[in-house]
Amino acid sequence: MATQPKPKPARKKTLARQAANAPTKPADTSVGDLTLLRELSNAVAVSGDEGAIRKIVLDAIQDHADEVKVDALGNVLAVKKARNAGGRDRVLVAAHMDEVGLMITDIESDGALRFEIVGGIADTVLLGKTVLVGAKRLLGLIGAAPVHLLSDDRRGSVIKSNQMRIELGVTSGEAAKKLVKIGDRATFATEFAEVGPSLRGKALDDRIGCATLIELLRGPAYAFELHAAFTVQEEVGLRGARVAGHAADPACAFVLDCTPAYDFPHADAQRENTQYNSRLGLGPAIYVADRATISDERLVRYLKQTAESAGIPYQYRQPGGGGTDAGAIHLARGGVPSVSVSVPGRYLHTPAALVRADDWRNSIHLMRRALENWTSKVLKR
Amino acid sequence: MDTLTHLKELCSAPGLSGYENPVREIIRAAWAPLTDEIRVDALGSLWATKHGTGKAPRPKLMLAAHMDAIGLMVTQIEGEFLRVISVGGIDARVMPGQLVTVHGAQAEDLPGLVAQPPVFLLPKANRDGVVPVTELLVDVGLSAEAVAQRVRVGDVVSFAQQPQELQNGAVMAKSMDNRSSVAAVTVCLDALRHLPHVWDVIAVATVQEEVGLKGARTSAYALEPDLAIAIDVTHGDGPNVKEFSHLTAKLDSGPALGLGPNIHTGLFNAVKATAEKLELPHTIEVMPQHSGTDAFAIQIAQAGIPTMVVSLPLRNMHTPVEMLMLKDVNRAGRLLAEFAAGLSADFMSSLTLD
Repeated sequence: MATQPKPKPARKKTLARQAANAPTKPADTSVGDLTLLRELSNAVAVSGDEGAIRKIVLDAIQDHADEVKVDALGNVLAVKKARNAGGRDRVLVAAHMDEVGLMITDIESDGALRFEIVGGIADTVLLGKTVLVGAKRLLGLIGAAPVHLLSDDRRGSVIKSNQMRIELGVTSGEAAKKLVKIGDRATFATEFAEVGPSLRGKALDDRIGCATLIELLRGPAYAFELHAAFTVQEEVGLRGARVAGHAADPACAFVLDCTPAYDFPHADAQRENTQYNSRLGLGPAIYVADRATISDERLVRYLKQTAESAGIPYQYRQPGGGGTDAGAIHLARGGVPSVSVSVPGRYLHTPAALVRADDWRNSIHLMRRALENWTSKVLKR
Repeated sequence: MDTLTHLKELCSAPGLSGYENPVREIIRAAWAPLTDEIRVDALGSLWATKHGTGKAPRPKLMLAAHMDAIGLMVTQIEGEFLRVISVGGIDARVMPGQLVTVHGAQAEDLPGLVAQPPVFLLPKANRDGVVPVTELLVDVGLSAEAVAQRVRVGDVVSFAQQPQELQNGAVMAKSMDNRSSVAAVTVCLDALRHLPHVWDVIAVATVQEEVGLKGARTSAYALEPDLAIAIDVTHGDGPNVKEFSHLTAKLDSGPALGLGPNIHTGLFNAVKATAEKLELPHTIEVMPQHSGTDAFAIQIAQAGIPTMVVSLPLRNMHTPVEMLMLKDVNRAGRLLAEFAAGLSADFMSSLTLD
């Protein structure tokens, strides 16, 4: 998910369903490779520095694609030929490899590191967290002045990220420079974990989409030529998707991402949360429109029909802000009919995102079924 | 002894104020082989006495380190989410996105995380600035039904941050305040195995310091020591506290020796003389009013007790990424042991304030 503006406060109550998460029937667990997702989530690949994920992706897909290449920006572009020689349609499925994170901008004389944020991370989630710095994944922490020393008003004001520092334990700039260089990336040090029916990890946005796309490649060939794009730099402006969309020149595109679930109770118990965006436990979230893209209505209808005929739960992501790689892909060349499907996730762009494993599995089922049945008739007007 | 392993074990253990059982059992296991008598008082503080070589009744030195940790407590269950309050001085600024452990109703530890709801779901008054702990939510990743079965109002919640080694001998963990001081006391007891001492040394792991020095108060009353030293953490220097450099001690500068109204001057001088004799790095920490430690309560127990504070420099106090230098823990332990061993049978008769 790319950064989206803060939602506006609700103006009126609506009759939206009660905060859902009603237990749906358990998803078929024959899909959803948790070992792979764990590896993807724990790897560090901040926008512009996606090498670690690229390597995992290349290893995972090499036996399941007919052509694999890495383009000029670092996108992994894989082609899985149609099962019949006659299948000349091309369908693009994309998921972004990059994650939000930090970039080291200065090493101070006391060994503390200054940083800038890459992508969208709120200042409020940085303080008091551990991070991994650089290719060596050096452990650091973002400390805070003890509340004991602060006046009340300072205890209550949010520290800006430019005032924060990463501490490594060293006490001099010389010592720090032996370990870190300016330009190194850093991310939260959170380890992937299974938590009851949920999955928790630092970069599920969008490693969960990458994992889905890998599973779609691993299956048998489809009736069309599948172009799988593992894109770079989504979080800093959908830049990988733009060139990947151009290169694939597809008949249509599906984008796999992770969308925020703001399915929390309202502080005022009398008021309903009408801006949840998506909810955990209700299945994959199909996009009708976001800030960057109006989804192709034929593809939206196709996904809905696919889900309903297969008995796969789904939800519509609330139209509004945000954006996915579809924002760039649908404008590639002369235009590409596009739709996005996301796994709903709480706490994206924080140290630990949380999704329901069944929502992920159901998104794999939905996409697999949608690709298995796809023909160019889907795009008939 | 391996201080690092011990320190990590202590910091990993839960043990919020009033709920110190898990950490107390770890301390008991560490202290029992090093001492002669072990007891738990009515509030839960652990007393471990190592007898001296003097003729009974021997004078008593109390070494008090609080074992309780700050954390959260569940106040309300709202569907899948928990609402909480602080136990002790939680810094709300570090809470959003923090991993925690909910100690569930059925003695089951549930991994959770602290969530800050988006602005449009917050009360109007909290839409700018740091969101107070009471408006944050804890998410344990379970369905509302499972939460209702497994969590109760009143369940306590610990930080989940595990201890980690950093560069240069630095270690970070949750609850370094004050498990690092407990570790220093263990280092002291370990050293005393080979250092004859005349006095009885009573190591005390106190409860409920973070909510009002309560274990120190009851322990000092019951033990009525002749001298007492509170061991605690103090603010270490670091990138976030440069403006407070007059109030911080450098990491790796050794124990900080407290000086102020909670401190008996004669005792301070004796401890300082020990450090100097050992050529042990140390600094002086000015404590102009309340020392913010167990010493505040101990000093006025019974008819009054000469009291001292020995502190370990610690960065990022009351966050889950509290960091210190392992060397400082060992130095404090050694200082305490040497001071205890140096106490003569008639030390009290020579102790004066001036």
